Amino acid sequence: MRKNLLAAAATLLLAGGLTSSAIAAEKLKVGFIYLGPVGDLGWTYQHELARQAVVKEFGDKIETTFLENVPEGPDAERAVEQLVRAGNTLIFTTSFGYMDPTLKVAKKYPNVHFEHCSGYKRDKNMATYSARWYQGRYIQGEIAAKMSKAGVLGYIGSFPIPEVVSGINATMIGAQTVNPNIKVKIIWVNSWFDPGKEADAAKALLDQGADIIMQHTDSPAAMQIASERGKFAFGQDSEMIKFGPKAQLTSILDTWAPYYIERVKAQLDGSWKSADTWGGLETKMFEMAPYTNMPDDVKKLAEDTQAAIAAGKLHPFKCPVVGQDGKEVECKGGDHLDDGQILSMNFYVKGIDDKLPGK
Amino acid sequence: MELIEAIILSVLAASTPLLLAATGELVAERSGVLNLGVEGMMIVGAACGFGGAWLTGSIIIGALCGMLAGVLMSLLFAAMALGLAVNQVATGLALTIFGVGLSGLIGARFVGERITPAPHLQIPFVTDIPLIGRILFGEDAFVYLSLALVAAVWWFLYRTRAGLILRACGDNHVSAHALGYPVLKIRMYAVMFGGACAGLAGAYLPLAYTPFFIPGMTAGRGWIALALTVFASWLPGRLVIGAYLFGAVTILQLHAQGAGIGIPSQFMSSLPYLATVIVLVLLSRARTGGSTAPAALGTVFVPDR
Repeated sequence: MRKNLLAAAATLLLAGGLTSSAIAAEKLKVGFIYLGPVGDLGWTYQHELARQAVVKEFGDKIETTFLENVPEGPDAERAVEQLVRAGNTLIFTTSFGYMDPTLKVAKKYPNVHFEHCSGYKRDKNMATYSARWYQGRYIQGEIAAKMSKAGVLGYIGSFPIPEVVSGINATMIGAQTVNPNIKVKIIWVNSWFDPGKEADAAKALLDQGADIIMQHTDSPAAMQIASERGKFAFGQDSEMIKFGPKAQLTSILDTWAPYYIERVKAQLDGSWKSADTWGGLETKMFEMAPYTNMPDDVKKLAEDTQAAIAAGKLHPFKCPVVGQDGKEVECKGGDHLDDGQILSMNFYVKGIDDKLPGK
Repeated sequence: MELIEAIILSVLAASTPLLLAATGELVAERSGVLNLGVEGMMIVGAACGFGGAWLTGSIIIGALCGMLAGVLMSLLFAAMALGLAVNQVATGLALTIFGVGLSGLIGARFVGERITPAPHLQIPFVTDIPLIGRILFGEDAFVYLSLALVAAVWWFLYRTRAGLILRACGDNHVSAHALGYPVLKIRMYAVMFGGACAGLAGAYLPLAYTPFFIPGMTAGRGWIALALTVFASWLPGRLVIGAYLFGAVTILQLHAQGAGIGIPSQFMSSLPYLATVIVLVLLSRARTGGSTAPAALGTVFVPDR
């Protein structure tokens, strides 16, 4: 961190000098803004792995800089602008809350290209990208239903926002293909990150009879509790098998590397264009960790489903999707729900015996 | 029955760090010092506690490292707030912000490592008694320690001369000074005790609760401990009730959600704080019986003025 800050400061000074601007123009400079520390083992860590992959791919043709622990909000704007002034011409801002700050800086510097993760505001020089994690949740649902003896899944949610709700629904739809009577218990911890509370939630779910833990929060606490109790769980964002060698079934891995490499390449050959990229298994925007701790037939089922989704033969939200009220949801995307419906999902599907908060 | 046992076990574990940190803060506040840096001292305690345990393989050394880290942090506070008579609120807040950053730096190389958590007591036959066996005789050492600590603090404050002097410093530091007591020295010891307790409370998280370290893992528990001392109206006995009540609400709201009881989780999460506010109101209305805030709490004392 310090080294990188110093490097950024040094380049700032150099860029201000007379002689260095020519050198700066030769090498493509790529900047990254991270929400957490690179060692968070989750969200930020995965972005950092992708940055390292970019460095490996392009070697000394490019130079990368990252700023970590950048809070969302006004500070982010300063951080983004700092990267621009240091000569970075392609900048990745890797959290939802950087949306407005990035847009503001993008308007100010039309010749610099920006990439914002998981937002919805774009501009001529600001692209967005995100992943269809719900595809992975569908596979996890199938595995969970196969592996659960009690027929009860435990789900730890962070906040009832569409991304999380669509994950729960995809899980249930997947699980129902295996066991139509599968039940799910949902606990919201109202935090993305509180290891103690996540552990408590996992304990509560197991104590209430669930025997598979799924999570949409960021720490490995739940995995560790499942491991302690001899139950199964799924990781989140990154590989968590270290915390549950006998417990992790699989994990959704954020693999941004292919996308980052593609975009840096585009920037290098001058073909960069603003776009809205929402990729899934088909473009390897995320991957599934190895399927472990399960019998071969379950593993095969999971692999087949993964292949079918990647090939576009199976859509987790294929119609008819039935809501909790028993009514079919309008089918706007032909034979499946369209992206808008998934991105604004605020209902539970049939079979979830719970009430969505705020509904 | 098993579910009740499981819930009580979770409540005890969830309440212990709150009780430990609040006990330390209670002593500091009783001496007249408001240290808002509990969260910062806790998180540094967590990082150092985990580091100590991971490097040596010993939970006890980890706990001691956590306590030592808390004491060092509190000394920093004491140097500013007592030595240089800086505003206590500002210093405490700065200590928290500093602690959060420092813990990330200390803990950077421990992230992703794991240790064996503190063992639970296991007495043959006794621990196996249904329901009460595991609850009374199957906890980890921290749980028993926290309760013993509260008892010791109660005894110290109300049954010893030193405790009386400490309370005098908190109620009227000018009089205590006039009587010849070294107010600043006494306060420094009280703050150090608070630091040790906060460090231990922080260390409890990676040593017993979730046996790994991640930056920010205290997640606001230091602030709850601060609210707890107010909730307990600075009385050790009520602190125990308060800590277990706070812990119980946290755990029960999770169970209520899992059972599909339709109370908004956000409302349940805010209950302990609502309770704190209500207790404050009740305290200010009925002045008899219970204790109120130490009169000199948060005020700067400079001996020669």
